[in-house]
Amino acid sequence: MEYIRAFVVGGLICVVGQLLMDGTKLTPAHVLVAFVTSGAILTAFGIYEPIMKFGEMGASIPLTGFGYSLAKGAMDSVKDGGLLGAFTGGIKATSGGVAAAVVFGYLMAVIFDPKSKK
Amino acid sequence: MKKQITRVNKEKEYEEYVKNKVPKPNYLLNCLWAFFVGGVICTIAQFINNLLKNSGLNKTDAGTVTVIIMIFLGAFLTGLGVYDKLGKKAGAGSIVPITGFANSIVSPAMEFKREGYVLGVAAKMFSVAGPVLVYGFGSSVIIGVLYYFFIR
Repeated sequence: MEYIRAFVVGGLICVVGQLLMDGTKLTPAHVLVAFVTSGAILTAFGIYEPIMKFGEMGASIPLTGFGYSLAKGAMDSVKDGGLLGAFTGGIKATSGGVAAAVVFGYLMAVIFDPKSKK
Repeated sequence: MKKQITRVNKEKEYEEYVKNKVPKPNYLLNCLWAFFVGGVICTIAQFINNLLKNSGLNKTDAGTVTVIIMIFLGAFLTGLGVYDKLGKKAGAGSIVPITGFANSIVSPAMEFKREGYVLGVAAKMFSVAGPVLVYGFGSSVIIGVLYYFFIR
């Protein structure tokens, strides 16, 4: 059942993040940067691919999955198009998500006002 | 001389006192929350992904559209103020998924709106997302170059 696999894999990746935050006083920004980078490195060593196959969205939605898409896109493009692919591949593979983040992020920030903190 | 010694002791005492007063994170409870919320977010994404695949999109496109929809949801719920309430309990469970990335864009952008739409909203939306993109794009280019020279 892919829902249970997504739940467990996604949950476990978040637990790693939680332990990092509680144990080391890293800020959320540091955790996100660490997760993208480690996702890309794990993909380069072929470790993240099986996690991705097993967990599907559970591996793809956490920020490590963003790192996976970046690294995989770069490697695939190098395979097809040579050195230029190293520069175009990762960004091409993630362009949909990045564009969505910029556009929706801007729109929502313009439409809504911050809620007063109680 | 005596005075100095007592002062040093007092400082140490105070440090101990502060150490005891700083709340210790409840590791187990925090992890359970992170596991649960992170898991639920990924399960929702899996559900959306299955719907898209059943409607005829190929695997790669379905993945991209799922990510876009999750980013929209994360940004929208942040605008409504719901996501940050969730984040207080869920910790990393709401930060690590891509919805948390959207949250990290919208939150500071909203906060700095009064500084204008260029230097306020548009600049501050990258206060967390910027570093993520720098390190993400950076490592992907490095990996691509290494792949070209050593593996291909």
